[in-house]
Amino acid sequence: MSTPAGSAPGGVRPRVFIVDDHGLFRAGVRSELGDEVDVVGEADDVEPAITRIAECQPDVVLLDVHLPGGGGQAVVTAIRASHPGVRFLALSASDAPEDVIAVIRSGARGYVTKTISGADLVDAVRRVAAGDSVFSPRLAGFVLDAFAALPAAGGGRPSFDPELDQLTPREREVLRLIARGYTYREIARELYISVKTVESHVSSVLRKLQLSTRHQLTRWATERRLT
Amino acid sequence: MRRRSRWRRGPRGSGPLRRARDDRLAGGVAAGLANRTGFDVTVVRFAFVLAALVSGVGVAFYVLAWLLVPAAGQRANIASKAVTDRRGIALAAGLSSVLIVVLLIASVLRVGWLGTLAWPPVLISVAGMVLIWRNAPADEQATMRRLAEPLLGLPAGGSRSASRIVLRGCVAILLLCSGLITLLTGHPSHLVRPLGGVALVIAAILLMLGPWWLRIGRDLVAERQARIRAEERAEMAARVHDSVLQTLALIQRRSADPQQVVRLARAQERELRSWLFDGRAPGSLGASGLTLAAGVRLIEQEVEAQHGVAVEAITVGDCEVDENLSALLAAAREATVNAVKWSGAQVVSLFAEVEPTEVSVFVRDRGRGFDPDAVPGDRKGLAESVHARMARRGGSATIRSVRGEGTEVTLTMPRAAGERQPSRA
Repeated sequence: MSTPAGSAPGGVRPRVFIVDDHGLFRAGVRSELGDEVDVVGEADDVEPAITRIAECQPDVVLLDVHLPGGGGQAVVTAIRASHPGVRFLALSASDAPEDVIAVIRSGARGYVTKTISGADLVDAVRRVAAGDSVFSPRLAGFVLDAFAALPAAGGGRPSFDPELDQLTPREREVLRLIARGYTYREIARELYISVKTVESHVSSVLRKLQLSTRHQLTRWATERRLT
Repeated sequence: MRRRSRWRRGPRGSGPLRRARDDRLAGGVAAGLANRTGFDVTVVRFAFVLAALVSGVGVAFYVLAWLLVPAAGQRANIASKAVTDRRGIALAAGLSSVLIVVLLIASVLRVGWLGTLAWPPVLISVAGMVLIWRNAPADEQATMRRLAEPLLGLPAGGSRSASRIVLRGCVAILLLCSGLITLLTGHPSHLVRPLGGVALVIAAILLMLGPWWLRIGRDLVAERQARIRAEERAEMAARVHDSVLQTLALIQRRSADPQQVVRLARAQERELRSWLFDGRAPGSLGASGLTLAAGVRLIEQEVEAQHGVAVEAITVGDCEVDENLSALLAAAREATVNAVKWSGAQVVSLFAEVEPTEVSVFVRDRGRGFDPDAVPGDRKGLAESVHARMARRGGSATIRSVRGEGTEVTLTMPRAAGERQPSRA
């Protein structure tokens, strides 16, 4: 997995809230996280999640992309409006890229697949709690796909901020290496840059993904849904 | 059946004129009159038909009687109810105005047979029938529906089909005859008459055969839908059986071996996902029409199923697989299998990217690694088959490995032509 040892403040256990509609899975995540984090609550659907998260005010919410009462993005949108300090890490078995991208665009700080190992998950939670972003190889692939498909789609309205609408060559390189299974540390060594620089590249990609108003991103999602 | 001569007048009924409820064909007017006057009902009916054919007055009289004469055992007539039926009156007025327009057009065109009809009775009949239709009590409406059914087409039951066909046949023959007469007697230089005749003949054919055609069409559609539904269900059942049920059975049998169970569950999960999200049937990826993303996914599934090591496959972009790219896929598969077999890593990353000019595949493991310059004999196969395969098609393969850190095989193949497509991975 692409997540090296975290930069969490030593000794402080991040307070974690788990949202997933499968009780079995919540229990599994809870036990995998073990004592490394402080699980302060659980919810199985959008409505209870919004209420309970507002009560608990956790550091990190582990959020399933698919929930019975609507997508995980509904939770992100609602909570970010009222509690901007709460951070979200999407955790999903779903492979549908448009759903994952939608949750990221609504404000989640990262995406990992449910097959992630316990240690990697703890690490990812720490990174999100510390304000970093977490890109799994799969998310990196989705993002590359989303941004790469855009020039080909072409035409359409010009966007307001071209800066936001494409990745720099360096950012593409970093994403490609993540998709190839490199850790941040390995990427730094490969590109002769520091781990901090890798992190800032990833955060910049995340920012572009969330802020880009280009309708092509939407169109990309729509087209994928159709194929 | 009364066994007396039809033409002899029987005893006269007493009391006011009432429409008969038992012995009626349409409104019971004829039967009511017969009861009241003592004539046989058939004679009265015959007189009505005669009056109708001669001038149309018979029809108008019948409809008016239907409206104004109460049914037997009732006090109010239909007209008393109809005067409050605003929509019915509006409808009757509308229909009458349409008829008037038709009359005007016909008289301008001098269509003889239309001109011979007496128009006031026709207007009265049509308007009256509309009001009756809307305001008659339920039992009379049922009678009218029964009368109208064979003419309008498709009744639900088939109990009176013979009489329906006879009635329909009579009307059709009537139309056919009048159409043929119009056609044959029409002046060839005058266009409207032949056209009217053709229209009548067509109407006759439609009336006779239309319901039958409709029913055949409806049966065909219904049968086709049922067949499609059954086929879909069968296909779904077969797929679920081949994939999910088989896997569940295997998991039950191998519940003692967690590694196996995990492997089976993962393979099944991927298969189901590719079916649900991409609409690809498990194992339906033929050699033709294969895309690169599908090929990569196939490698992922097969290697996981055969070797029980997780393969994390990611594809960016997609394109059709030609000969060069199927060589690339074969090489990628070879590299993946080797990584799974020899690296000892728990996860192998497989990343494929389609770019406008080339396609690259990276196979990476974080396993034990090896020294490419001192390749052990059993790994020569990889280098040679992968290298040779790529080189033959104008591609390249590089292997980078560090002892203790892992191996990455990079494969690139130039693309012949074609556009980049969004991936389906």
